Amino acid sequence: MYKIVTKKELAPKIKLFEVHAPEIAKKAKPGQFIILIVSEKGERIPLTIAGYNAEKGTITFVFNEVGKTTKQLGLLNEGDSILSITGPLGTPSEIRNFGKVLCVAGGVMIAPMLLQIKALRNAGNTIITIIGARIKELLFFEEEMRALSHNFYVATDDGSKGYKGLGFLKEVLEKEKVDRCITMGPVVMMQNVCEITKSFGIPTIVTLMPIMVDGMGMCGVCRVNVGGETKFACVDGPEFDGHKVDFDQLIKRQRLFLPEERLSSLLWEQLGGCRDGRK
Amino acid sequence: MAESKPKIKKEVVPMPKQRPEVRRRNFNEVALGYTEKQAIEEANRCLQCPKPQCVQGCPVEIDIPAFIRLIKEGKFDEAVKKIKEKNSLPAICGRVCPQEGQCQKFCVLGKVGDPVSIGRLERFVADWERAKGVAIPKLAPPTGKKVAIIGAGPAGLTAAADLAKLGHKVVIFEALHSPGGVLVYGIPEFRLPKSIVQAEVDYIQKLGVELRLGYLIGRIYTIPELLKDEGFDAVFIGTGAGLPRFMGIPGENLGGIYSANEFLIRVNLMKSYAFPEYDTPIRIGRHVAVIGGGNVAMDSARSALRLGAEEVCIVYRRSREEMPARREEIENAEEEGIICKFLANPTRFIGDDKGWVKQMECICMELGPPDESGRRRPIPIKGSEFLMDVDTVIVAIGRTPNPIIQRTTEGLKVTRWGTILADEKGKTSLEGVYAGGDIVTGEATVISAMGAGKKAARAIHEYLMGKNS
Ligand SMILES: Cc1cc2nc3c(=O)[nH]c(=O)nc-3n(C[C@H](O)[C@H](O)[C@H](O)COP(=O)(O)OP(=O)(O)OC[C@H]3O[C@@H](n4cnc5c(N)ncnc54)[C@H](O)[C@@H]3O)c2cc1C
Ligand SMILES: Cc1cc2nc3c(=O)[nH]c(=O)nc-3n(C[C@H](O)[C@H](O)[C@H](O)COP(=O)(O)OP(=O)(O)OC[C@H]3O[C@@H](n4cnc5c(N)ncnc54)[C@H](O)[C@@H]3O)c2cc1C
Ligand code: SF4
Ligand code: SF4
Ligand code: FES
Repeated sequence: MYKIVTKKELAPKIKLFEVHAPEIAKKAKPGQFIILIVSEKGERIPLTIAGYNAEKGTITFVFNEVGKTTKQLGLLNEGDSILSITGPLGTPSEIRNFGKVLCVAGGVMIAPMLLQIKALRNAGNTIITIIGARIKELLFFEEEMRALSHNFYVATDDGSKGYKGLGFLKEVLEKEKVDRCITMGPVVMMQNVCEITKSFGIPTIVTLMPIMVDGMGMCGVCRVNVGGETKFACVDGPEFDGHKVDFDQLIKRQRLFLPEERLSSLLWEQLGGCRDGRK
Repeated sequence: MAESKPKIKKEVVPMPKQRPEVRRRNFNEVALGYTEKQAIEEANRCLQCPKPQCVQGCPVEIDIPAFIRLIKEGKFDEAVKKIKEKNSLPAICGRVCPQEGQCQKFCVLGKVGDPVSIGRLERFVADWERAKGVAIPKLAPPTGKKVAIIGAGPAGLTAAADLAKLGHKVVIFEALHSPGGVLVYGIPEFRLPKSIVQAEVDYIQKLGVELRLGYLIGRIYTIPELLKDEGFDAVFIGTGAGLPRFMGIPGENLGGIYSANEFLIRVNLMKSYAFPEYDTPIRIGRHVAVIGGGNVAMDSARSALRLGAEEVCIVYRRSREEMPARREEIENAEEEGIICKFLANPTRFIGDDKGWVKQMECICMELGPPDESGRRRPIPIKGSEFLMDVDTVIVAIGRTPNPIIQRTTEGLKVTRWGTILADEKGKTSLEGVYAGGDIVTGEATVISAMGAGKKAARAIHEYLMGKNS
């Protein structure tokens, strides 16, 4: 059992948990994720590690309440426990001095990006950051990001804050000579970033989030097509060369269980949406 | 035994089973087990050969005539003890050992009629003991040595039990949230009820073995870290062969195409058959094709049927004779209404506009001369392609070793198939590191994995005690 030490609401439906998991806290590195199970009959869901503190023995993750499991998770409070956490999983990010790094994060993935930026900055990189969300209310960690970045931009889909959409990225890249780009967020956003960086010839690393079950290379549901080869995102990734990823296939595969996910969420809500999944 | 000419009963006592038309839609165990009377009747068929042939067929050398005699005499608890001298998981082996190719293959009765049903007798006494409550054996005094076991499959569980009995402190690290390896995530409930695996795991914990779930070794700790920083004196690797193989043909990443591992993990480990009561979904269409001819293909096909598929077809590139699955399971599957299509192999998958599979193109095969495996090689017949309408495909063409340990352990020698190199006793190229089961042999059997766990436990014990002096 893994006790929740801190719970914060960062934006509507976006929550941060700091959880007691001392062994994972000692070993976690940027770019890795955990898999957790909320209740006895629950599913295994992957979440990216957004922070760790070996001294306190805690790890942090931030999640978006999208379906049954994440909504159930969101109902837990400080002092409650999570049934099972496995981690760290996945291959850690490559962190070294690249020169100038452009970091583009969207939605809930702004949280793990902050961890990346800290590590990249410690390695001596110059950091340009762009954070984005659908609307301004869904943005968070702005101040923290700004403080660590040499240049900082905000974008929203509706233009309610900062730039409208990601079109301005081109202008940024025309001004600045960027050595590497890392991007985490919704697939469509990463796909757009990749299209732009490709034309500038900037190596771009994306974090892929296909459906996963075991997270250790045993089921193959997380398979993605990268440069014509089938890779398992949970062990070969989750980070990949964004210019080689078949995004269209990824999008289709993420939607494989949409009807079942809707049913699960709906039933749960109809039953009163309590923590252990039953009435 | 000086009895004059015992009358040989040629036919095996039949195993009570759920009827096919009932069981094809439920996940309850198919074979129901012998009653005491049936068990004694079957035991009475055994000739108690002075030079029993059957024993050579058992990878762990159970004293088969001895335990069968004890059953004849109604001494069931002694019979279990006899088996447990060699095999700590009899309830499991009695159910899933490929007996027809092992112990029973050598039984002399097989020459005149049915061999003695050794597996069913083993299962009977193990179930009898479990119903009564399992006794905990005396443990050797603590040695002060600590052993890490990686993987809670049959190899790891067996090694753990033996080492604990020898007085060592044993910790099992299992990556999944449930122990048992293939026994829980692969083999379905209707062939091996999970409560039996759980009972075996409980037993091992009662021996003092500590079980840590959700520990993926190679990520949370590497093997050198276990030995250097975490205070372990030796390590046993029993991580199994769990990496699914795909065919590499067009359309393989379409929706509705599962690896057998994904399909079985969802159904067995995550209990998707009870969705939405359990959260993990599975979608099963009306027309299911399963590619492959082994136990994994049979288990997938029979599970798909139980999940409500209208038609389940096993597509295998050779003929019935070459099928590696157990005879009994092929028969069970066919009784349940599963269709086998032989001498056919998929060449591509065709999807609908939503990215879901709708058709599978296959090519017909013919058998050429035997290949290295001794089985006749299938050769495609030019121009014989045909289409099958399918909305679910389960790919069960084999699994390769789990790679994470190999990638993260410097100096650990690995073969070109990705298996870990280990000698007869399980010793690897690193000092204090042993390995056994599917991770060394590639996909094999439960009993051979257990045999390897046993041997390695003995070798680890010698190593630890030698180090002591
Ligand atoms: C490596 C990785 C890292 C991730 N990191 C984060 C993170 O830091 N914060 C965050 O909010 N989300 C993250 N996700 C996504 C998160 O796992 C899903 O949102 C979550 O599983 C949804 O579960 P649900 O039951 O609440 O919703 P559901 O209703 O089940 O699903 C909603 C959506 O989530 C996706 N999804 C569903 N099941 C899974 C699954 N088992 N694995 C992956 N995706 C699934 C589907 O595409 C679906 O469209 C990550 C996913 C991966 C693979
Ligand atoms: C569907 C199916 C049906 C089968 N039917 C039969 C049958 O009828 N009869 C028969 O004899 N055999 C059968 N087999 C084969 C048999 O199950 C295997 O040979 C046997 O389980 C191998 O045992 P093992 O202990 O080596 O590995 P496994 O049972 O594979 O166990 C390995 C364990 O290690 C864990 N692990 C892996 N990597 C790590 C890591 N890095 N850190 C921590 N833990 C890790 C895994 O999660 C797993 O729990 C079947 C196999 C399958 C898949
Ligand atoms: S363990 Fe398997 S091979 Fe050995 S006697 Fe029992 S059923 Fe036969
Ligand atoms: S070979 Fe058959 S008949 Fe002879 S002892 Fe073994 S089981 Fe009994
Ligand atoms: S999640 Fe199962 S192989 Fe990656």
